[in-house]
Amino acid sequence: MTADASTIDTVRSEGPEEAGVVATQALGFWLYLMSDLILFSALFATFAVLSRGLAGGPSGKELFHLPRVFVETMLLLASSAACGFTMPAAQGGRRRAVLIGLAVTFLLGAGFLSMEIREFREMVLGGNGPGRSAFLSAFFTLVGAHGAHVFFGMIWMLVMVGQVAVRGLTAPVRSRLSRFSMFWHFLDIVWIGVFTVVYLMGVA
Amino acid sequence: MDRAQHNGGEAGAGSYTSSAAGFIISVALTAAAFGLAASGISREAVLLGVSGAALVQIAVHLRCFLHPAASPTARWNVMALIFAVIIMALFVGGTIWTMYKLYYHMH
Repeated sequence: MTADASTIDTVRSEGPEEAGVVATQALGFWLYLMSDLILFSALFATFAVLSRGLAGGPSGKELFHLPRVFVETMLLLASSAACGFTMPAAQGGRRRAVLIGLAVTFLLGAGFLSMEIREFREMVLGGNGPGRSAFLSAFFTLVGAHGAHVFFGMIWMLVMVGQVAVRGLTAPVRSRLSRFSMFWHFLDIVWIGVFTVVYLMGVA
Repeated sequence: MDRAQHNGGEAGAGSYTSSAAGFIISVALTAAAFGLAASGISREAVLLGVSGAALVQIAVHLRCFLHPAASPTARWNVMALIFAVIIMALFVGGTIWTMYKLYYHMH
């Protein structure tokens, strides 16, 4: 199954062999996600150790604004759900529904990211950048690493919108969409850890 | 809800029902966790409550959104997940334990 499948209607034409390839590719991507999870666990461990190193600077209790983090969380969660709703449409070969679904997923993700950037900006302008204390170094590293993942996920989404629009829902495109979906859901799972450990435990 | 109905067993490609269920449960758990943190009860209760809510929500996301156990490579997906969790436990647990001991002996 290569990209030379120029026939537009390859949607229902995959045999057991191609299905095996798709499953193997999904497994390979899953292994990447697990290694990324271990990377995040290192950042979480670092944060846990450094979170009390305030160096006379402000604590999470003074810096974090929970209602805003709640909205942020809801945006990412809705984005993940929108992505989940898009995948059955991809399997069913409904191109328009997939494009709309990806657009909604993208916009919700963009909302999340813009709120995060705004929070970072306010903190840095207020003199509480990553250089202020060990706690803030660890905060910006952990939350920033997640934000960077979201940013690259959004670039991936734009590429997929282009592929769906130009090539249609061919077997390779659907296979890539399913791996994008894994990535996006994975980021939402990491965010559960972030909002719990960094924000909720930070203000407790 | 037959989760693998629409796909050739691809992880990350679920059904409408599982996505909707996952979304509703996650909204409820997130709201509960934030409510608990804002409620002003004891710190220990908040830590316990939000940790519990997070673990349940992670399980819900795995089951409703990612479903690694509903693909042809389910066995390997789950093996890799278990391995990653063990490494994470060593990483996070070991780090906190070591650094706590260090802190304890230096003060």
